[in-house]
Amino acid sequence: MSAATGSDRTQPVTESRARRLRFLTDSTALIFLVLLALVAVFALVRPDAFASVNNVRNIFIGAATLLVIAVGMTFVIVSAGIDLSVGSVLVFSSVISIKVMTALGNQGWPVAIAGVAAGMAAGLAWGLLNGVLIAKARIPALIVTLGTLGAALGLAQIITGGVNLRGVPVELTEALGFGRVAGIPWLVVVAAVVTAIGIVVLRFTRFGRYTYAVGSNPEAARRAGVKVERHLIKVYALTGMLSGLAGVMSLARFSSTNIGGHLTDNLQAIAAVVIGGTSLFGGIGTVFGTVVGVFIPSVLQNGFVILRVQPFWQEVAVGVVLIAAVYIDQIKRRARERL
Amino acid sequence: MAVAADPPILALRGVSKRFGAVRALTRVDLDLQAGEVVALVGDNGAGKSTLIKSVAGIHPFDEGEVRFDGEPVRITHPKDAADLGIEVVYQDLALADNLDVVQNMYLGRERHKALGVLDEESMERSARETMTALAVTTLGSVRQVVAGLSGGQRQSVAVAKAVMWNSRVVILDEPTAALGVAQTHQVLQLVRRLGDRGLAVLLVSHNLHDVFEVADRIAVLRLGQKVADLRADATSQQEVVEAITAGELADAAGTEVDAS
Repeated sequence: MSAATGSDRTQPVTESRARRLRFLTDSTALIFLVLLALVAVFALVRPDAFASVNNVRNIFIGAATLLVIAVGMTFVIVSAGIDLSVGSVLVFSSVISIKVMTALGNQGWPVAIAGVAAGMAAGLAWGLLNGVLIAKARIPALIVTLGTLGAALGLAQIITGGVNLRGVPVELTEALGFGRVAGIPWLVVVAAVVTAIGIVVLRFTRFGRYTYAVGSNPEAARRAGVKVERHLIKVYALTGMLSGLAGVMSLARFSSTNIGGHLTDNLQAIAAVVIGGTSLFGGIGTVFGTVVGVFIPSVLQNGFVILRVQPFWQEVAVGVVLIAAVYIDQIKRRARERL
Repeated sequence: MAVAADPPILALRGVSKRFGAVRALTRVDLDLQAGEVVALVGDNGAGKSTLIKSVAGIHPFDEGEVRFDGEPVRITHPKDAADLGIEVVYQDLALADNLDVVQNMYLGRERHKALGVLDEESMERSARETMTALAVTTLGSVRQVVAGLSGGQRQSVAVAKAVMWNSRVVILDEPTAALGVAQTHQVLQLVRRLGDRGLAVLLVSHNLHDVFEVADRIAVLRLGQKVADLRADATSQQEVVEAITAGELADAAGTEVDAS
């Protein structure tokens, strides 16, 4: 807050450059410190177990799929929306993906790539449906995505008969599922690339700028010539597609669909986004914050297991952090409205 | 400023607009000259908002002609108006609170570098130049988030946003409605400077004091018709008030007049 305001009649040539370096917003900086503190504590108490290469790798692998979803969720929430359907869309996409791969013979790279494409396309389709219903039919996002939450999961179970499907091509599981590049698991690489693109797009491109504008004041955006409905559709489509990608990642990791395993992905993603400083009222937020918000629960869980604390405490701690994050957001909003 | 021989930048000829049975505007003529500040006054429901929304392309006129630089034009979409160089500053300002001043001024018309990356520095520089040219000195940083600005500052940003696009006609809807005395004065000075820079300015206002402070000409709407078009230096507040409340309606044969 101090860097941009204050007495600046004699300011530098542009503030943009300074701003670009200051990529942390205040609440993100705070929550980032919390994450660093957690890491430091666990690493100091159990350096052998917590700070080992294997354990760090496990934390990252565990967070990878959620991170991909949460990047999409950041765009949705910055646009003042919500998407409850991400977990179901993930499951549906993984089912479509494996159905396509099975139909093509379960082996070989072409089949694997077709499966990846099919999964992402299935996610994209759900995202488009969400976006059209929200932006064009003007049904509240909460209701639309609550509806598609049920519908996507239900359809996935209808297609599979309620049992998990196996038969992922070994190429996919060995590369994306277990493979590493320079010691870094491919799952993590994919999540990192998605995150990096998300950061750049939200912060430095017109698409990102419109996302903030639509979330901040859709009427202002409309009058400025932004095609608000079309933009919202794109935002939900993006999130759907990322959920589809996460579905494929999950398939590759477990060599199987995991129909029952993603019921709370939506809430975990929303919690991560909000913990990361993104405002549920829209217009404020960063993808970097979301990264921090994803890692706080996973570091806590991992650390508690290592410290032999009952892992259930993780859920308690995350709940506290979540509520604290939203409370800070509220205080900031109120302080600003008083101006 | 204006050379008398030039055609008006924007000329409305016999424009009408109805919403169902309600006649919001009936055969209104209005000229806006370069360098001239025209005030549009009238009671609630007189048709002021309808007129500016039609000029802005939000809901086009049903009848009549719109000429720009003497040429007939059709304005059926906000983009048509923007392409001609007509900008509207709405009463509720329509700024995005969470964006900063530069981001708001460039919203919808961002400058790019390679790969679709926004050219923040160039936008910031131009935004600051515009503010300087308009002598908006109260703002401080152009990288402040708009939510933190005062009413007068927000109004200045909205006006600056409207004029930085080589616009030629600027329409201001009640720009001083929510402002205190000092801020009102600032904004009116800004409005006057727009005229002095050669723009055609249409100022919609309830406040006759404001109107007489800046306007060159005063057009009065009553029940959707223009009932007076007066030079500000040749009229009085009393005359304008009479026109607003009791101006004679050219009630052509059989035309029903609905109070809206």
